[in-house]
Amino acid sequence: MIPTEFAYLAPTSIEDALAALAEHGDDAKIIAGGQSLLPVLRMRLNAPEMVIDLGKIDSLRGVRDDGDAIVIGAMTTHHDVLHDPLVAEHAALITKAVEHLADAQIRHRGTFGGALAHADPAGDLGAPTLALGAEFVIAGPGGTRSVTAEDFFVDLFETAIGEDEILTEIRVPKHTGWGAHYEKFVRVVHQWPIVAVAAAIRSDGSTISEAKIGLTNMGNTAVRARATEAGLAGAEVSEEGVRAACDRAAEGTNPPSDLNGGADYRRHLATVITRRAVLKAARG
Amino acid sequence: MTKIELTVDGASVFDDVEPRMLLVQYLREKLGKTGTVIGCDTSNCGACTVHLNGRSVKSCNVLAVQADGAEVTTVEGLAQDGKLHQVQESFRECHGLQCGFCTPGMIMQTIDLLNENPHPTEEEVRLGLEGNLCRCTGYHNIVKSVLHAADQAEGAHA
Amino acid sequence: MTTTQERPAEQADREIGKDRRRKEDQRLITGRTRWTDNITLPGMLHLAMVRSPHAHAHVTSISTDAAKASRNVVTVLTGADLAETQGVLINAWAITTDQVTPTHLPVAIDRVAFAGEVVAVVVARSAAEARDAAELVDVEYDLLPAALDLKEAAAATPENGGALAHPDLGTNKSALWIFDSATAGTGGDVDAAIEKARGDGIVIEREYRQQRLIPAFMEPRSTVVDPTGEQITMWSATQIPHILRFALAATTGVPESKIRVIAPDVGGGFGGKLQTTPEEWIVFAVARRLGKPVKFTETRSESLMTGHHGRDQWQKLTLSAEKDGSVTGLKVELLADLGSHVSLVGGGVPVLGAFMFNSIYKFPAYQFNCQTVLTNKTWTDAYRGAGRPEATYAIERLMDELAVEVGVDPFVIREQNWITHEEFPFTTVAGLEYDSGNYEAATAKAKEVFGYDELRAEQKQRRASGDQVQLGIGISTFTEMCGLAPSRVLGSLNYGAGGWEHASVRMLATGKVEVVTGASAHGQGHETAFSQIVADRLGVPFEDVEVLHGDTQIAHKGLDTYGSRSLVVGGEALVLAVDKVIERAKPLAAHLLEASVDDMEFSQGRFSVKGTDQGLGIAEVAMAAFAAHNYPEGTEPGIDAEATYDPVNFNYPHGTHLCAMEVDTETGAVKMRKYVCCDDIGNIINPMIVEGQVHGGLVQGIAQALWEEAVYDDAGTLVSGSFVDYLLPTAADTISFEVEHTTSPALTNTLGTKGVGEAGTIASTPAVVNAVVDAIRHFGINDIQMPCTPERVWKAIHAKDGAGDKPTEGAAMPHFSESEPGTDSTEGAAQ
Repeated sequence: MIPTEFAYLAPTSIEDALAALAEHGDDAKIIAGGQSLLPVLRMRLNAPEMVIDLGKIDSLRGVRDDGDAIVIGAMTTHHDVLHDPLVAEHAALITKAVEHLADAQIRHRGTFGGALAHADPAGDLGAPTLALGAEFVIAGPGGTRSVTAEDFFVDLFETAIGEDEILTEIRVPKHTGWGAHYEKFVRVVHQWPIVAVAAAIRSDGSTISEAKIGLTNMGNTAVRARATEAGLAGAEVSEEGVRAACDRAAEGTNPPSDLNGGADYRRHLATVITRRAVLKAARG
Repeated sequence: MTKIELTVDGASVFDDVEPRMLLVQYLREKLGKTGTVIGCDTSNCGACTVHLNGRSVKSCNVLAVQADGAEVTTVEGLAQDGKLHQVQESFRECHGLQCGFCTPGMIMQTIDLLNENPHPTEEEVRLGLEGNLCRCTGYHNIVKSVLHAADQAEGAHA
Repeated sequence: MTTTQERPAEQADREIGKDRRRKEDQRLITGRTRWTDNITLPGMLHLAMVRSPHAHAHVTSISTDAAKASRNVVTVLTGADLAETQGVLINAWAITTDQVTPTHLPVAIDRVAFAGEVVAVVVARSAAEARDAAELVDVEYDLLPAALDLKEAAAATPENGGALAHPDLGTNKSALWIFDSATAGTGGDVDAAIEKARGDGIVIEREYRQQRLIPAFMEPRSTVVDPTGEQITMWSATQIPHILRFALAATTGVPESKIRVIAPDVGGGFGGKLQTTPEEWIVFAVARRLGKPVKFTETRSESLMTGHHGRDQWQKLTLSAEKDGSVTGLKVELLADLGSHVSLVGGGVPVLGAFMFNSIYKFPAYQFNCQTVLTNKTWTDAYRGAGRPEATYAIERLMDELAVEVGVDPFVIREQNWITHEEFPFTTVAGLEYDSGNYEAATAKAKEVFGYDELRAEQKQRRASGDQVQLGIGISTFTEMCGLAPSRVLGSLNYGAGGWEHASVRMLATGKVEVVTGASAHGQGHETAFSQIVADRLGVPFEDVEVLHGDTQIAHKGLDTYGSRSLVVGGEALVLAVDKVIERAKPLAAHLLEASVDDMEFSQGRFSVKGTDQGLGIAEVAMAAFAAHNYPEGTEPGIDAEATYDPVNFNYPHGTHLCAMEVDTETGAVKMRKYVCCDDIGNIINPMIVEGQVHGGLVQGIAQALWEEAVYDDAGTLVSGSFVDYLLPTAADTISFEVEHTTSPALTNTLGTKGVGEAGTIASTPAVVNAVVDAIRHFGINDIQMPCTPERVWKAIHAKDGAGDKPTEGAAMPHFSESEPGTDSTEGAAQ
């Protein structure tokens, strides 16, 4: 319940944060909202010598409109993302995913960038950002670079963020007018999803023209259900219309087996949950 | 050690703390605010819920140093001039507690929930308390307490 | 014959039956609480435990040098260091005279028998520094084969090479406990009944699993010991301060009179704090050794891993019946997992169920045998209901199976076999005498409120249309034995103590009343309910009564709180004490009024002289007793009284519970739609508190049916070792319940009350599982193992499609394993 000893810095600019990272290297750990990091530290599963808090860098907070994308600052809390009108209008899938992410207290404190950088395959933000083709802006000693969602999620708890780098913002291409739904399958609500599906659907209400689907906890990272996406183009918005495409949702996935279900069961669930998510997204 | 300065239940406090000290430990061990309790180590139970700058947080999931400059309210800071907060009253009125260990967290989360949504449905109440575990009440009377508090507040404003 | 009454309306002049708001709440809702972990004493030292990550191993070496050199560490102690003073943990209930009981040391010395067992203790000036140093203790282990699977452990012998939990004992079998109605003279020969039914009747054979559960009280256990006074004072988050004091004295050599135990505010127990723990013994020993106050508070992970677990049985059941569904016999063969040691009353838990498998039914023949088995898992003991939920589950599941076999509604089978209200008092095939009950009345009310017929119609319709969401209705008509317990009965079962309770009533000079009870509340609301009893009987204002408990110096005598006993045993002691006060006050009142004792009447708090308007209030009499200026010759100046009550029988609450579950056949997800219960717990002191007890009990029982399970991996590590994986339900996972009552007063106590603390838990589990099975029975399913996870349900439905029928056994979700699994930490999860 008590973390190991560490030193603490709370820089007020990205530059200072990067400098601190450069100085302390491997021994440092970044804390954003801390909602995943602090449990790890309390249980002594990680023992950094230095914790660098991004909480005092105001420029990392907030959501802005940037033409064909909206930009979410990495330190924007889930609660602020949830209630942001720009996100709701142009990236409703993210609003839907954040709505049931963890619980109210965690959403008040946890941050959008922090959760993504933690890269828990059962986290709720990987699938929607992947589905919407978000870009991750990462600052490092040599300036900033941008990484696609495909490249950002590398493996279990591993992202493209280098040891000397900081995730600063997430650019989400606008999906204005798209239907969206995030369907989560859990045994009790405070659980990480056993499987969840993020579906963004462009349709006229009766026929789907385009579908973007991300799967949560169906592999070591969030994954796109590409076969389903392809199959849904032109599909009728009905149980039977989307069934065949959704039955392919688990293709190419490598889900875990744990107390909540085996890989086979998860593959099955993915198809059902995808069908439900797609129909809810399409029907609004 | 890091110097911190914050307001807790209306009083200014200054301290030197180890950076690893959790806010809940700071409240309990340094300030004697033992009304806020620790029920788990994975941030599931919500027993340690307090308000940080007006929003509910799990105080086991915040470092004391991160609360530097902040305003913290605990269950001990709710009653004003000896008068209980309506949510405290409602928990007593509706028997929303038995052993009382989860109660400070439940009350603090309820106040946050009602601040955001003053007229919740039963389902909204249940979802709004998803971050707080109780082992005694089966939640039935906790939900009733929250709905009662909402009704009372409405009555007071009518 | 039981005549069931309408529940009496609240009477203005009666305290009993009022929905009094709780006296306890003021401090709990304002945070002015006294949890053990709140206590800080001057110079207090803190402990951290070094625990074995292995289920079974020899401890080959312990190096404490680095830890001792760590900042602000006072000392590091191993089992060898503490060997002379640490005492042992006791088993108070050897269920047979030949029970095999391994020695249970607080700190293991050369061998550990479960993952989480303490091997060394760090003492430091702060809890953080103690934990830091604990990481530096280097323990080497030589792994031994671990006995983990209950059935395999039961079969293991030195000859067949099966793993033994304690190799020196030569067996994992601890005790075989048998009840046979033919031998006891309470019924016929069950084997003959089964044999006959195999020819011309019905035989139902099933095997049910009672999965391992964790009590998971919200307040982690904490202990503080202050050795600096004349008495050594221990504060502990316990249900049993009195038993704890006795056991400390009995095993450490410290005279009982030199020990004071205080259970301050205690945050739930559910049987989980009905224990004497290694940690309590360790804190006691260290404080004595160092002469300083010492505190230890467990983390949640430590609590889940090392606090005792509950349930964990395999139940093999054979029910025989006539073709028409009249039951002719029941045979129960149990394997019960004790875990690593025989805990305080752990071996007796299945025995508490032994008398309950026949439940509310008139079975002509009954046989029960239970083999308790040692394994290398966390020790087990009481968890809410203790033995009775297991029994109720088995019989209520079986009655549903019998109904299917006969082809009738499950209520028909129950009605056909239950004891009718005309037949009370009734001596059961297990030898208990049920004093009162009315199963017909409770069932009729529950069915009506539930809308039973409408829901059956909807179920039929959904089934016919092949709806993706199927509806099931589950019934549980339960009874239980509670109010533990008549001391002679406990003696006959070889239990180490009695089952009486003590109370005293102190009439203060100012008219206030101090009541002391030997029961030890931890959320039940004793302060309120006991105040109501005293106020009602003594005729004083509710507000004037103060109830004290949980401190052996204040409540010098008591047997604490468990087994739904506080009201029905402790409350009855209180009634006796109050009556003694009135009897003692009567001559004094007569003396003061210059009247004859025979002319005195007592009513509504006032003594009066028959046929006159002369009288004195009880407060005036108390003042006169205090002043002692004028009292009858040959009497003592005082009207305080105390009483010890030993119950003459258990008592037998009962009820009918009805549950509607929806099953999503595509995913296997189950969802509760409606839950109605009608419980008969006799007279009710405080209906609000009673309903709260029922709600909480229901959710714990429902949680066994649907969510909770303590799972171990092949190495004997607890996989569900945090709240991330041990799934307690939240508000969003549960629904609002409809709780009704019928009233058949108990005939064996003055107040006519029956216990309610465990009723909801005992009744609800089979109601839920019966509903789940009922929803999908048409897929050819007759059982789902608990907890009914979506995967289990889905696999059962799709077994024929090749989904397989084995539930997945796997690891926990890895959310906190940022670093590689296996990261060193001796805290919490043993990884």
